Amino acid sequence: MDLNYSTEELAFRAEVRAFLEAKLPQDLLDAVRLGRGIGKEGHDRWHQILNDQGWLAPTWPQQYGGCGWNAVQRHIFEEECCRAHAPRIVPFGLTMLAPVLQKFGSDAQRAYFLPKILSGEHWWCQGYSEPGAGSDLASLSTRAVRDGDHYIVNGQKTWTTLGQFANWIFCLVRTDPQAKQQEGISFLLIDMATPGIEVRPIILLDGTHEVNEVWFNDVRVPAENLVGEENKGWTYAKYLLTHERTNIAGVGFSQAGLEAVKRLARHQLHRGRPLIENPHFAARLARAEIDLMAMSTTNLRIISAAAQGQAPGVESSMLKVKGTEIRQEINDLARRAAGVYALPFASEAVAGDNNALSSPEGSEAVAAQYFNNRKLSIFGGSNEIQKNIIAKVSLGGRT
Amino acid sequence: MNFQLTEERQMLQDSLRRFLRDRYSVAARNQALTDPSGYSPEIWGQLADLGVIGALLPEAAGGYGGAGFDIATVFEELGRAGVVEPVLDSAVLCGVLLCGSGTDPISPRDQKMIDRLIAGDLQLAFAHGEPASRYERTWIETKAVDEGDDILLTGRKSVVVNAEAADLLIVAAREAGSPGDRGGLSLFCVRPDAPGLRMRGSALLAGGRAAEMELDCVRLSKSARIGAAGNAADRIEGTIAAAEVALAAETLGAMETAVRLTMDYLTTRQQFGRPIGTFQALQHRVAEMLIELEQARSAVINAAGHLEDLPLVRDRHIAAARNLIGRTGRHIAEEAIQLHGGIAMTAEYELAHIAKRIVLAEHRFGDADTQLERFIDLTAA
Ligand SMILES: Cc1cc2nc3c(=O)[nH]c(=O)nc-3n(C[C@H](O)[C@H](O)[C@H](O)COP(=O)(O)OP(=O)(O)OC[C@H]3O[C@@H](n4cnc5c(N)ncnc54)[C@H](O)[C@@H]3O)c2cc1C
Ligand SMILES: Cc1cc2nc3c(=O)[nH]c(=O)nc-3n(C[C@H](O)[C@H](O)[C@H](O)COP(=O)(O)OP(=O)(O)OC[C@H]3O[C@@H](n4cnc5c(N)ncnc54)[C@H](O)[C@@H]3O)c2cc1C
Repeated sequence: MDLNYSTEELAFRAEVRAFLEAKLPQDLLDAVRLGRGIGKEGHDRWHQILNDQGWLAPTWPQQYGGCGWNAVQRHIFEEECCRAHAPRIVPFGLTMLAPVLQKFGSDAQRAYFLPKILSGEHWWCQGYSEPGAGSDLASLSTRAVRDGDHYIVNGQKTWTTLGQFANWIFCLVRTDPQAKQQEGISFLLIDMATPGIEVRPIILLDGTHEVNEVWFNDVRVPAENLVGEENKGWTYAKYLLTHERTNIAGVGFSQAGLEAVKRLARHQLHRGRPLIENPHFAARLARAEIDLMAMSTTNLRIISAAAQGQAPGVESSMLKVKGTEIRQEINDLARRAAGVYALPFASEAVAGDNNALSSPEGSEAVAAQYFNNRKLSIFGGSNEIQKNIIAKVSLGGRT
Repeated sequence: MNFQLTEERQMLQDSLRRFLRDRYSVAARNQALTDPSGYSPEIWGQLADLGVIGALLPEAAGGYGGAGFDIATVFEELGRAGVVEPVLDSAVLCGVLLCGSGTDPISPRDQKMIDRLIAGDLQLAFAHGEPASRYERTWIETKAVDEGDDILLTGRKSVVVNAEAADLLIVAAREAGSPGDRGGLSLFCVRPDAPGLRMRGSALLAGGRAAEMELDCVRLSKSARIGAAGNAADRIEGTIAAAEVALAAETLGAMETAVRLTMDYLTTRQQFGRPIGTFQALQHRVAEMLIELEQARSAVINAAGHLEDLPLVRDRHIAAARNLIGRTGRHIAEEAIQLHGGIAMTAEYELAHIAKRIVLAEHRFGDADTQLERFIDLTAA
């Protein structure tokens, strides 16, 4: 076994780092570092910069405009981006829908949609969850009825992340109400400018507008926007979810988060000494770092197995559970480090206007982030559902 | 032993609970949250009329309570309803400061302030913590310099809750000694419009407002001093002890609400064709929440029952209670959100507010780790 990066891998890391130093705009870097939102404009700008570099789609095959990187390179890229405080790449089009289209879409769909994902012309959101169908996704009830060369869609999606910015939504819809739950579902691509669609904001507990309700009222969708076969959508949905989950491990986010906690704890004083020297705080911090070190290697082990062609199975569920636990623990450490400065509602800070407070740098948004990131163990298949999967796969044959 | 509330406290609890259930709806609270003062002046007046503020202060000062169990009884109810009105900051912190330690007689001016406070006519804020104090009570760098008949205050105060709404501020400053020394601390009554005083306000994530404060040679007459010169450490520590009992009880009340909402939700939310409360993975977690809730209740009883004890005994029990509540509070808030799923994350759902109150309470007067260190120090002492 060789735990060290090869010379080529190290050279690649240096190349990525140099690119980020040269091309990542300072205002975006600052916003990400301090936990502020960057808005649609910020996301679009960074998307464009990466696309110009040809580095937007690390997970795509080269034939569609991917980078041709292997799994380790992709990991290095993600780590460096987090380290440099680059904005998160909005995943819905690039890493969720695209793999589905590449594997199950028609030639026409691939030719039409994939370039528009790269160019940023289409901003996708994910229309899976419904008020009555959360963990039990297969119980969804949004209906799509075939009417000539269209589907007529009626129903409601919810928790639609960044739906307010999106112009396309990929949806799971019920096309056969008679069939068994998983067998009557189809995967449909819907232009959000179609009449009959309404997007309503949901405000989260930290004051952010990040998710939405999307209502469909007699929405006419061309039948050619069906992906794959009718009533086979569940297969595609599950394929997409495994992609969603591996990204949720978030090793890079945790590493960057840990550095941020350390910075904050170096500047916060306790009895005249930096907090980072306080034995209780230091012990907690060390524990999180130890967990992260092991988790980062778990991640690399799974990545390299995947690179050798083994499909990630239950491992992606393990990564999701452990990865989100570690990220949430780091968020907790950050709010602790901020002390009384965790109390202010930094909506001003989150919105980018920091004149209202004179709190130590890096403390403005920590409590809001702590609360916001409670979502990590809920979405993408809750941690309980992941544990059910792990147990079912491991014990399944025996009980 | 008798763990029942006295009849008077039971009556206070019942009437306060009834009032909050009828009047403190989520809509009313949301209204209060957006008020420029950070609370609802109307509710404040009604709480005063109910006798809530008086119940927090001793008879010797014109109140009708002030014992640990009075404070705990009131605050458990405030916490249960997620009240954002500044009862802790105005009434407990500043009220108890003004009442003093008992050995120091209350001056006529201070008594007048207490009377107005109890009547609901006065808002106060305690400007105590500073950028470098973290949770240390005597880590005060703000200087009070003697200038003939006057005093000059210079320094910074951080996250002063209720500062903008306060008619008067009580400022802790140092007349002698170094940060961390118990000697040399004094308290001063400062008008918020005093020349040289600057404030920058901000909303608080769990409701209410606070301000950063700069004092640049703020000139006061010596009569602005509360109590004896250089001797305020006891008063400050005794006051914060009362506030910590209040906060522990408030958090307990909020934890009760979080657990109740979770149990209600688990019996109604259907997934996979049945209530999610039928999944054993969730049942065990509710059981753990209930066990912790009982532990938290006992911790609050311990703290409240020792508030009138000698400082060493008092503070050890309070540190223990606050450490336990810090740990169990975080656990219950996080579990309540998790077991609800996405709905718990929405601003308009009750639990979101309650969870924020629980978690952020830890950031006042010392988080669980700080309380643990205090407990160890006090045990060794
Ligand atoms: C911030 C945020 C962003 C989101 N973004 C999107 C998005 O962009 N697109 C989208 O489609 N969806 C999105 N979601 C929805 C997300 O996928 C769902 O919230 C998630 O699937 C859980 O569903 P639920 O909230 O209805 O909880 P429920 O399914 O009602 O679950 C409630 C609780 O019960 C537990 N539970 C349920 N079933 C079982 C079981 N069988 N065994 C043990 N425990 C169980 C759950 O783990 C959870 O703890 C988002 C959610 C959030 C909070
Ligand atoms: C040192 C010792 C002294 C004892 N003394 C006595 C005695 O004096 N008199 C006497 O009568 N008995 C005695 N016992 C027996 C004891 O009561 C049993 O061990 C106990 O009831 C558990 O039964 P079991 O060991 O068969 O485990 P099992 O019942 O087989 O359980 C195995 C595991 O599965 C779990 N489990 C089982 N059912 C469920 C469920 N429905 N949901 C979730 N988890 C479940 C259990 O909690 C346990 O973790 C003693 C046991 C020990 C170890």
